[in-house]
Amino acid sequence: MNWLRLNWTQVVDLTVDHLLLSVPAIVISVLVAVPIGRLAHRRPRWGSPLLGAASLMYAIPALPLLIIIPAVFGTPLRSSATMVIALSIYGVALLVRTAADAFASVDTHTRDAAVAIGCSPRSLLWRVDLPMALPVLLSGIRVVTVSTIGLVTIGALIGVSSLGNLLTDGFQRGIAGEVLTGVVVTVLLALVLDGLLLLAGRLLTPWRVSA
Amino acid sequence: MNLFAQALAWLGDGTHWQGSSGIPTRVLQHLGITLLTLVIAAAIAWPAGVLVGHTRRGSGMIGAITGGARAIPTLGLLTLFGLWLGIGLSAPVLALVVLAIPSLLAGAYAGIENIDATIPQAAKAIGMTPAQVIRSVELPLALPVIIGGLRSATLQVVATATLAAYTSDTGLGRYLFAGLKTRDYPQMLGGALLVVVLTLVLELVLASCQRLATNRVAHPERNLP
Amino acid sequence: MTGIPFITPVPRRSLLALAGVVALAGCGSSDPLTEGTTSSAPSSGGSAGGATIVIGSQDYYSNEIIAETHAQALEKAGHKVKRQFKIGQREVYLPEIEAGKIDLFPEYSGPLLQYWVKDTKARLADDVYAELKKSTKNGLRVLDQSPATDQDSYTVTKEFADKWGLTTIDDFKKVTVPMTMGGNSEGESRPNGPKGLEATYGVKVGFKPIEDGGGPLTVKALKDNDIQLAIIYTADPTIAANGLVSLKDTKGLFLASHVVPLASKNVDDAAAAVINKVSAAMTPEDLIKMNGRSVKEELPAATIAKDWLAEKKLG
Repeated sequence: MNWLRLNWTQVVDLTVDHLLLSVPAIVISVLVAVPIGRLAHRRPRWGSPLLGAASLMYAIPALPLLIIIPAVFGTPLRSSATMVIALSIYGVALLVRTAADAFASVDTHTRDAAVAIGCSPRSLLWRVDLPMALPVLLSGIRVVTVSTIGLVTIGALIGVSSLGNLLTDGFQRGIAGEVLTGVVVTVLLALVLDGLLLLAGRLLTPWRVSA
Repeated sequence: MNLFAQALAWLGDGTHWQGSSGIPTRVLQHLGITLLTLVIAAAIAWPAGVLVGHTRRGSGMIGAITGGARAIPTLGLLTLFGLWLGIGLSAPVLALVVLAIPSLLAGAYAGIENIDATIPQAAKAIGMTPAQVIRSVELPLALPVIIGGLRSATLQVVATATLAAYTSDTGLGRYLFAGLKTRDYPQMLGGALLVVVLTLVLELVLASCQRLATNRVAHPERNLP
Repeated sequence: MTGIPFITPVPRRSLLALAGVVALAGCGSSDPLTEGTTSSAPSSGGSAGGATIVIGSQDYYSNEIIAETHAQALEKAGHKVKRQFKIGQREVYLPEIEAGKIDLFPEYSGPLLQYWVKDTKARLADDVYAELKKSTKNGLRVLDQSPATDQDSYTVTKEFADKWGLTTIDDFKKVTVPMTMGGNSEGESRPNGPKGLEATYGVKVGFKPIEDGGGPLTVKALKDNDIQLAIIYTADPTIAANGLVSLKDTKGLFLASHVVPLASKNVDDAAAAVINKVSAAMTPEDLIKMNGRSVKEELPAATIAKDWLAEKKLG
């Protein structure tokens, strides 16, 4: 791994870039997908078509999506904004169905009990629905996190820095070590974030651990 | 927004529908790559997932594999395989197989594992062999979830199969690369729309398969003659 | 660009990402594909002589090395520079240069001219450069062209060249077996592809698209005999490393492609003089040698550029 010895500072920089692109995208995905998922669960009549449409966005190939986004959102092609939007679209597509499932997994008896003791709709959402939906929701967020970390690499195609740079650059120069470093560090980064989410899930749902 | 109009115009142009590089040929090639990938991936992932689900052992391993593998950048895999295998279909198909395995594996495993544990036990009690338990009890019950895994794998593979054009003149990806390099964005977008439509069709087919399987599980009496 | 080690701290573009996400709501919806951007140029900070020069490079290691020589030479001369390297191919970055977001970019005379004048007839280095100077758009200018070149060539394996006695493209006429050319898909319709070969030399070949711009896949396809000739850049060190042969273009099929910096108004005459000195010092052999170090010694562009500048007493 001669390449890594000579270029490790670059790997560190690109890892930071990688995180700065993926974390906002993951957060946006959650903020958009959860309401859609809840809507789909509460109002299936027009929620399910919405779910279907959102999931389908995952089918848009990355390259054209990166070209379409500037045309629709007015962002410059080579910009972090374009990249974050693209990643958020994929993230939402992956998460909406799980989000709907998560709200469906909430025990109706618990809900009814909460309503019976006089919970307002707002506190019903924040104190019953969301906490109860959290375990399933979190499994979906973990999938989105891991896949987003992997997808960031396509930014290299439009000149947005990430660990993906190592893939295109290493490929051109025929340095397998560079490409391999890009792949391995990307996967490690995903596993670390996944572990953190798992930990956060345990802390946020203490009743499940004790149960 | 006239980009979309131009893309539609590109799709409407009859000359793009003819010849060895025409839309019908490329759609078929694209379907072919997708099918080939899914068959190979399923041959690996389904037996493994069913076995782990049946024995209810090694679920941690499944979690780690499906989790980690989802993060593997397909672009990186394709370039690595490309450096190793050269041009042609082998490199992209191999990369796509790796992409498809996590969803298929997770579907097969979760489908079997989620079955009420008493059901296979009861089957065993009435004298079924493990193979019979898997074949006649667990698989039919797990089918909806297994097809669910196939759905997400298909979704990913169809969209990503565009990368095949990177190393071989196959599939709809050619429109994307050619469009990008010559700044022919209508062509690029037209190609993308074809991919989306293809996905939509496959999605509808698989969704009705899944519904059928679910109904069989929910209303077993309807299966009686 | 971040990934350049051993250099003064690089401003981190990605920090702008968050700001960008927050601010994107109110953007207009002009056609960003042709205009590149809707925001204004970021680089008009300093006062007299102090304006930061934003230097870009292609997502091509050789181009990055050249950009790095420019950056380091300018820094040495007391200019402030900002690196935005590895920003894709011409389709991605040129609109941004035209929009004034990038001030200096190492370009190649032939391909750049073809980008602006699709069906140019110019082929020889000086003709291309002269027409390029005329075609350069408002506010931009090309600096002196360097002796260093990196241009398309038809490349074959040594075995194939020996077998049929090939030294020029015209010699393809001697080949009696069917041949397939490998290159990026756009080559199929462009003048440097099979159509140009047939029109200029009367040689018919098939075509196989390989989307890596004459990179490792193309070279492997040549060696595997999946293709018999490929479009590969002359400055590619893999030509020598793999014992490949680039055939001479005796009838001017390919445009001359010398390294030529494209500059905005932000590059004043003092800065231009620094760059011109660098360009003049860079020979075609230098470029191949530097590319070779990148591929074989796996060094970062910054190190290679620094060593070369020192060798030429420019650093």
